[in-house]
Order: sequence, then C-alpha cells, then structure tokens
Amino acid sequence: MLDGFSAELLARFQFAFTISFHIIFPAFSIGLASYLTVLNGLWLWTKDETYLTLFNYWVKIFALAFGMGVVSGIVMSYQFGTNWSVFADKTGPVLGPLLAYEVLSAFFLEAGFLGIMLFGRERVGPKLHMFATAMVAVGTLMSATWILSANSWMHTPAGYSINAAGQFVPEDWWKIIFNPSFPYRLVHMVLAAFLTTAFVVAGVAGWHLLKDQTNTAVRRMFSMAMWMAALVAPLQIFVGDMHGLNTLEYQPAKIMAMEGHYESHPNGAPLILFGIPNAKEKRIDYAIQIPKASSLILKHSLNAPLAGLDTIPDDEEPPVAIIFWSFRIMIALGFAMLGVGVWSLWRRWRGTLYQDRWLHRISIAMGPSGFMAVLAGWVTTEVGRQPFTIYGLLRTNDSLAPVDAPAVAASLTAFIVVYFFVFGAGTFYILRLMSKAPGAAPPDLKDGPTRTAGITPALQIKPDILPGRN
Amino acid sequence: MAFDLAFIWAGIIAFAILIYVVLDGFDLGIGILFPVVKAEQDKDVMINSVAPVWDGNETWLVLGGGGLFAAFPLAYAVVMPALYMPIILMLLALIFRGVAFEYRWRTTRWKGVWDIAFAGGSTGAALMQGITLGALVQGIEITGRAYSGGWWDWLTPFSILTGVAVVTGYALLGATWLVMKTSDDLQDQMRRYSLYLAVALLGFILIVSLLTPFLDPVYFQRWFNLPGSILSGVVPALVALAAWHLFSGLKNHAHQAKPFLSALSLFVLCFVGIGISFYPHIVPPSLTIWQAAAPDASLEFTLVGTVILMPLILGYSAYAYWVFRGKVDPKEGYH
Repeated sequence: MLDGFSAELLARFQFAFTISFHIIFPAFSIGLASYLTVLNGLWLWTKDETYLTLFNYWVKIFALAFGMGVVSGIVMSYQFGTNWSVFADKTGPVLGPLLAYEVLSAFFLEAGFLGIMLFGRERVGPKLHMFATAMVAVGTLMSATWILSANSWMHTPAGYSINAAGQFVPEDWWKIIFNPSFPYRLVHMVLAAFLTTAFVVAGVAGWHLLKDQTNTAVRRMFSMAMWMAALVAPLQIFVGDMHGLNTLEYQPAKIMAMEGHYESHPNGAPLILFGIPNAKEKRIDYAIQIPKASSLILKHSLNAPLAGLDTIPDDEEPPVAIIFWSFRIMIALGFAMLGVGVWSLWRRWRGTLYQDRWLHRISIAMGPSGFMAVLAGWVTTEVGRQPFTIYGLLRTNDSLAPVDAPAVAASLTAFIVVYFFVFGAGTFYILRLMSKAPGAAPPDLKDGPTRTAGITPALQIKPDILPGRN
Repeated sequence: MAFDLAFIWAGIIAFAILIYVVLDGFDLGIGILFPVVKAEQDKDVMINSVAPVWDGNETWLVLGGGGLFAAFPLAYAVVMPALYMPIILMLLALIFRGVAFEYRWRTTRWKGVWDIAFAGGSTGAALMQGITLGALVQGIEITGRAYSGGWWDWLTPFSILTGVAVVTGYALLGATWLVMKTSDDLQDQMRRYSLYLAVALLGFILIVSLLTPFLDPVYFQRWFNLPGSILSGVVPALVALAAWHLFSGLKNHAHQAKPFLSALSLFVLCFVGIGISFYPHIVPPSLTIWQAAAPDASLEFTLVGTVILMPLILGYSAYAYWVFRGKVDPKEGYH
C-alpha cells in the first residue's frame, strides 16, 4: 500500500496524521476544562443544582476526551526523535526546554489534579475540589502556552545563534518564548478551543432541545454556548485578521499561497474568493475575485502593491492548493459561527431562543465545526511553513531521522489502524453519552468511578460527606 | 567526573526515569496481573486502585522524553531511531491500556475487549521498556551525530531477557501494591503471586547482573576496579537485604505495605546498578553525558524551572496519593 513512497514523505504523513488526531482532543479539552471550572464555580456560588447536573454530565465526556488526549500526546513527545532525529538534535537546545517547561508546569498539574477532580469531590470537600478543577483548567491553558510558543518559534525563529555542530543555541530566552508570531497564534488557538467547545455544547443542547424544550439543564447549556458563539466568534475573526497581518510580515509566501497570488500585483491585489489553483500553469483557474480587496485587507489601502509567488524561488514555495483550500474552509466556518452567534442574539432578544427549531438544527450541524476549523487552520499554517521545519533555516528534507522507508511505513500503518479503532470507539462512547440528556437516568451500565457524586447532589443523599470526615 | 550542569541534568533525568519506573511500574503491573484475576469485582477494584493516579504516573514518561530532548538532544536523536520499533510499540501499547481506564465503564458488551486491551497494552508496554533497556545496555552504534545501525538491531536474546525481567518486576510491584491496597481474597491471592514473582525476579536480576559485565569489557572494569568494586559488593548486599525484607513482609500477614516498599527498593537498587554500568556514558558505548549535553544556556534555563517546579510536583502528586490512601472500597463509585 505504501510502497514507492520515500521515508521523508511517509514520516511527514505520519506526523500530520498523529498530530491531527491529537489536536482534536486538546482543542476540545482546553475549552471543556474551563467550562467545567465555570460550571462548578457557579454551582458552589449559586447553589443552583442545574450547574451541578451539567458539571456531572460534561465531566464524564471530559474524562474520555482527556484520556484520549493524553495517550495520543505521549506519542508526540517521542516522535520528534523517532522520525525527525536530525531536527531533534539541531533544535533540542531551543525547543527542548520549552517542551520540558510544558511537562513540568502543565502536564503534571493536569494529571496531578485530574484524579481529585474526577473522583475526589467526596474525599476532599467542595473547596479543594473546586481548586483541583481550576488547576486542571489552568494546566490545559499553560500547556497551550508553551506548545504554541515552541510551534511559533518554528515559524518565526528569534533569539538564537547556530553553533559548530549546526545546533540552534539559545541566546535570549525572552526573544525565543515571545517570538514574533507567538502572541497571535496563542490567542487565536485558545479562542479556537473555546469556540470548539461552545459549538459541541450547542450541538448537544440543540439535539436535546429538538426533543424536549423544557429540560432546564439543556436550556442553560444552550444559552451559555450561544453567548460564547456571539461574543467569541467576532473576536476570533478580529484576532485571526491580526494573525494574518503578522504572517504577512514574517512569512509572506504563506499569505501568497493562502490568497492564491501566483503573480505580483503592483497596483492593488484582488481578493480571490474562489477558484481552482493550477500549480502547473501557476495561476488560479475560474477565479471569482473582488478587485483590490486583498490589498485593502492586508495593507489597508486599495492600491498598495502586493508581491506574489513569482518573487519566491520555486524550491522555497509552499504547496499552494492545500493552503488555498484549507484557508477558505477555516474562513467559511468562522463566518458560519459568527452567523449562528448573531442569529442567537436575535432570537434571545425576541425571547424564542429555546423555540427556534432551525437554530437548534443548525447548531447540531455546526457541532463539529470547531474541530474542522481548527484542523483547517493548522493545515494552513503548517503546510504554509513548508518546505521548512524551522522557517527559512532548516529544510524538512534535512530534518529526517536515518530511518528506512519500510520501518516508517509499518509504523504509519499501525498508527492508522490503532487510532481509527481506539479513537473511533472513544468517539462512539462520547456520542452515546451525549445522546442522553443531562439529568436523565443513565443507561443500565454499572457506573464508573467518575460518578461518585451522582446526579442528586451528594450532600442531600449523604449528609455525612462534608469535608473533614477523613 | 565534574559536578557541572550536564552532570546535574543526568541526575535529574535519571531521577525522572526512576520515578517513572516505580510509579508506572506498579500500575502497568496491575494490567499484567489482570488476566489471572477472575472475579469482575476484583478487576474493578484493581483498576480503581490506580485510576486516580495512573495519568500522573505516566507523565513522568513524558518528562523522560521531554527532558532528554531538552538536556541531551543528541542522546534523544540517537536513541529514538535506534530503538524505533520498541518505542513505537510501547507507545501503541500505552494507548490501548490508557483508554481502557475510561472505556471499560462505558460499555457492557465490549468491557471484555477493553479488559484485554488493558492487560495486553500493559504487558506490551512493560516488555518493550525492558527490551529498550536491554538494547541500550548492549550499546547503540553511532556514526557522526546519528544512529548508524539497522532497524532490527535491538532484537537480541539479551534484550528479550531484560524485557521478560521487567514484565516480571512490574508484575511484582503491581502484586505488592494490591497487597497494600486490597483485602480478603484478592489480597491473599496477590500475596501468593508476589512470592512466585519475587523468586522469578531475583533469578532474572542474578542472570542479568552476571551477563552484563561480559557484554562489554568497559562494564567489567567499572564493576571490578576501584571505585566501582566497592559498590559491586555493596549493591548486591543491599539487594539481598531488600529481598529478605520482601519475603518476611510477604510471610507475615500483618504487614500490608512492607512488601511493596521492599519491591520498590529492589527497583531502586537495580537502577543504581545500571547507573554504575553506564556512567559516564548516556548512550553506551560511545556517547558520554558531556558529549550529548545541550549548551549551558539551555541547561541553566530549564534547571531554574525544574528546581522551582519539581518540589511542587512531588508535593501535589504525594497529596493526590494521600487523598486516595487506604484500602480500596469496592462499593465506592458505583452507587
């Protein structure tokens, strides 16, 4: 099946496959951990049982998603070495410490408090349980911070020198961590995670609202998700635009590919809405475009000149078609999210948020939109960095480990089979949990340890579990 | 020998790997023992005894990988391609056993499937870790700054021996952990198994210890010349002492934690023994700690955070263990 491919291509595909699968889980669990913290905090603050019902509902889903994120994440921390050992040797002095800080400040925090968050409410009491839940959320955000700093450095390297062995050597850690694209990428990704979670919650709520509009917990989570969509989607579009301007400054070739600008435009570049990239002829076929609009967006001036890929040497050009499409998918999904948010504001104002069946149907359809947008966005930025791993400095084909193609092919096949089997099953279990409305009786399963608190507030059925009993 | 940043970092990485081995050792061991336990409730108790902590235990493995990448990037870049197959197989095995913790509660029809995944994944991961160790002890072929051997070099009778030894050792850790955390029939069963496993493990330790000095003359010198020869008397004596404590703890049914703590100390001693064989190499036979170390700027920067964060991590990890201390209550979690 995989004969005839070079080890490099197979290793690239393996990395793309494993990291694409992996990012789905953090994109969801970053937002969900924060959501759970908010729900638990609101439960403790207001004593409104609806929040506890929602917490107990989503925490089970979180446990599944987080578990999948952990095991697919361990793979990532070893794959730099197995398939990309030259990259590891050269960048280790700069990227290694950033990843080490991620492990020390984030992974341990999440893992250390996860057990208490899932199983410990009765053992440690509400205050410490709240603290543990918040620490898990903080851990997910810290993790995002470090890994995005490391990733951003690969796009916009700064604060380094190169030693005799060809290694990148740190000169200024401040410049390395806060490299030019890091702040934009971080905010863009964290907002993406929040939106992803909001649309999953909205999708689940929409599903149950179609069947029953009276369930208080379902109404509550739909309302919360719609607030997130209405507030965060426009913010995300704004941040995404700023991220794009930053990319124009540091990685212009990526923007050229995103925009489909094969040619330079000295008198204002058009915004190509749609078209078919033609790599052979180096043009966009059947382009539908708005004259000068690209210059307006990117340079804030109708007639500003914009250089095209004709100014970039062929062997430094990223693959245009992939980036051109993935970028458009991300943008379309972003505006669709904004549309849902605006629609919900309108319905909320009219007082029919829980009655508009089309809004609920659209919410179900948009349930996976966050994952798709996240993947499309990452494809855009990562493929846009090609043919480099460290932009402009280390080429992808110079980063590869001395591995044989059959070894990579075998491991790639194994990853594909195992991931589809294991994470397919996990997704099925998550969907099955979601198909039950919050507050409804669970299926006739013997229940796992996550359910220690039960559906009824624990204090009502067991008043002797107040803190201090241990 | 120099007490510098590279030396300190070798110590930190060694510490992280040791913590990983003893912590994930017992929870992988529970997976290894899973097939021999028949009663459904006993299986649930076994899983619940580690469910709140396994994720933290496995994070030490990520620190091992991440720390090696940060402090000794060259060692990381050489070892991973050399041990390509066992590392990938270990990762895949860890996926199966990791997801089983949650999955087995989410289905009745497929619970058995995830129980097999848990047992098979745990055993496979342990076996691959042992094989990795054996392959490292045998030495990694390096040319320039890269691995230059083939992708099956790791598979030798010696590495299979160390693989089986580590499976046995983890099973012993798991069994003694369960002696500490459970009661009644399950505890009695585990006490019995611990005895067999302890005998088997001591046998493996003896064979591996006798073989290692003859794998490479360098190992022989380190063990039988000063200052190593002092330790080559002390370490086996301490192993014997730990073994004696282990057996006495297993015989006397009043002892709950003693077998586990004795088994832990056996692991620590074996680890010290491996350290004596390796030092000053990080990847035998040719890459030393200093050759593989990252520049001082990297080591310093990471050390600052490690010195601050490591005590915190140890503190709240210990707290998590404290919260879930005592015998596992079979009732808890299912009302």
